[in-house]
Amino acid sequence: MSGPFTALFLREVRLAVRVGGGALMGVLFFLIVVTVIPFGIGPDLNLLNRIGPAILWIGALLATLLALDRLFQADREDGSLDLLLMGGHPLELVVVVKCLAHWAATGLPLVIATPILSIFVNLEPIQIGAVVATLLVGTPALTFIGAIGAALTVTLRRGGLLLAILVLPSTIPVLIFGVSAANAAVSEPMPFMTPFLYLAAVSLISTVIGPVAAAAALRSGQD
Amino acid sequence: MKLKSIWDLANPTRFLGLVNAVLPWLAGITALTFIAGLYMTFFVAPADYQQGETVRIMYIHVPAAWLAMLTYSVMTASSIGSLVWRHPLADVSVKAAAPIGAAFTLLALITGSLWGKPMWGAWWVWDARLTSFLVLFIMYLGLMALQSTIEEPGRAARAVAILTLVGFVNIPIIKFSVDWWNTLHQPASVFRADGPTIHPTLLWPLLVMAIAFSLLFLTLHLAAMRNEILRRRIRTLRLMQASGETGTAATPAAQEA
Repeated sequence: MSGPFTALFLREVRLAVRVGGGALMGVLFFLIVVTVIPFGIGPDLNLLNRIGPAILWIGALLATLLALDRLFQADREDGSLDLLLMGGHPLELVVVVKCLAHWAATGLPLVIATPILSIFVNLEPIQIGAVVATLLVGTPALTFIGAIGAALTVTLRRGGLLLAILVLPSTIPVLIFGVSAANAAVSEPMPFMTPFLYLAAVSLISTVIGPVAAAAALRSGQD
Repeated sequence: MKLKSIWDLANPTRFLGLVNAVLPWLAGITALTFIAGLYMTFFVAPADYQQGETVRIMYIHVPAAWLAMLTYSVMTASSIGSLVWRHPLADVSVKAAAPIGAAFTLLALITGSLWGKPMWGAWWVWDARLTSFLVLFIMYLGLMALQSTIEEPGRAARAVAILTLVGFVNIPIIKFSVDWWNTLHQPASVFRADGPTIHPTLLWPLLVMAIAFSLLFLTLHLAAMRNEILRRRIRTLRLMQASGETGTAATPAAQEA
């Protein structure tokens, strides 16, 4: 990675972890979602163990969505998005760097928090490992897919809800493969690697499609 | 009206002229085909030896599902036209097709559900084909929501076109979902490499209904495109009028359609 992109990455991460960046809000939201669900379905530990990976995945998905509207919005408000557009570097790569920084600031904390939250839903150590591994591979896909929605809604004043509507249908494959890989780690006849590799493939595909579509959307949104 | 080439239709005025000339005929042919198709559905086609009379739901369900996917494909092609050539009619085509596609998708979902209750014993199952079709419905609604949120038609069209292209990933998933996963929904029985496996007495009414649905789409799409062009003209006239009344030299967005 060359100089300007490193600088952009560091800038994004710094902005995200400072006051007002809201990076740790996502983890807090994740904690609350995972806490609320046992109140809804009751404290049955066997049931929680069975649906635990799904709860963690849905919590991570919602927490990622919550943070996504800041991906380009803040840059548009203070005008730095225009500078990035005029900067002469390929906009697709700029989007990739911004997404990676955004993931490092919001997605990675979710992955790190997962082992602790797994205890709440009564997961075995091997299940915890599986959920962490799938989230580590799958959450970048959520960020890259979400970048499309964030770029499309960046010009709108209240784009957050629309962003969720646009992005959620496209994240269903990630959720399906992530949860099925996490579940396959403990159920004997199912192989873990098959859905896990599919998840990795979805992540890699979205790494290509997401930035290209998001860059096109950002360009078209300019006045 | 003389058309030198197909590209002359790119001119919205010529397009409007053609639509106005063609639309009454098209609507009439659509109605006739539907009468023929529905007659075959209810009186000619035999009841199935296992499914009984509920097999007739298929004659609505299957063409609606085909058209739901075809509409999305038309939107995808138009989106490419809109993004690559900045074609004003392509913008209009995408916008006009979305509600029609959503209606076909909903029709396929509802008729499938009505068929599923007596046959599978449930209104809804979380099967790959059903789920991917539900996702298609949500995507149509999302596209319409995005379209209605952005005020300026040109920018809305580009945003919708980008999202349409991204969402096209779902169409092969729908098509091959019955082959990739073990689904409750039966696999394809008409468009197969080794020919249709459906009996001719059932196939003919289905094909007539498919033609009727395609004509219906064409009629509705052309009518919706005409309405959208007229709507944009009214918007442009209003903008010109407003800027004229306030006496400013603000240039209205006059180039749209």
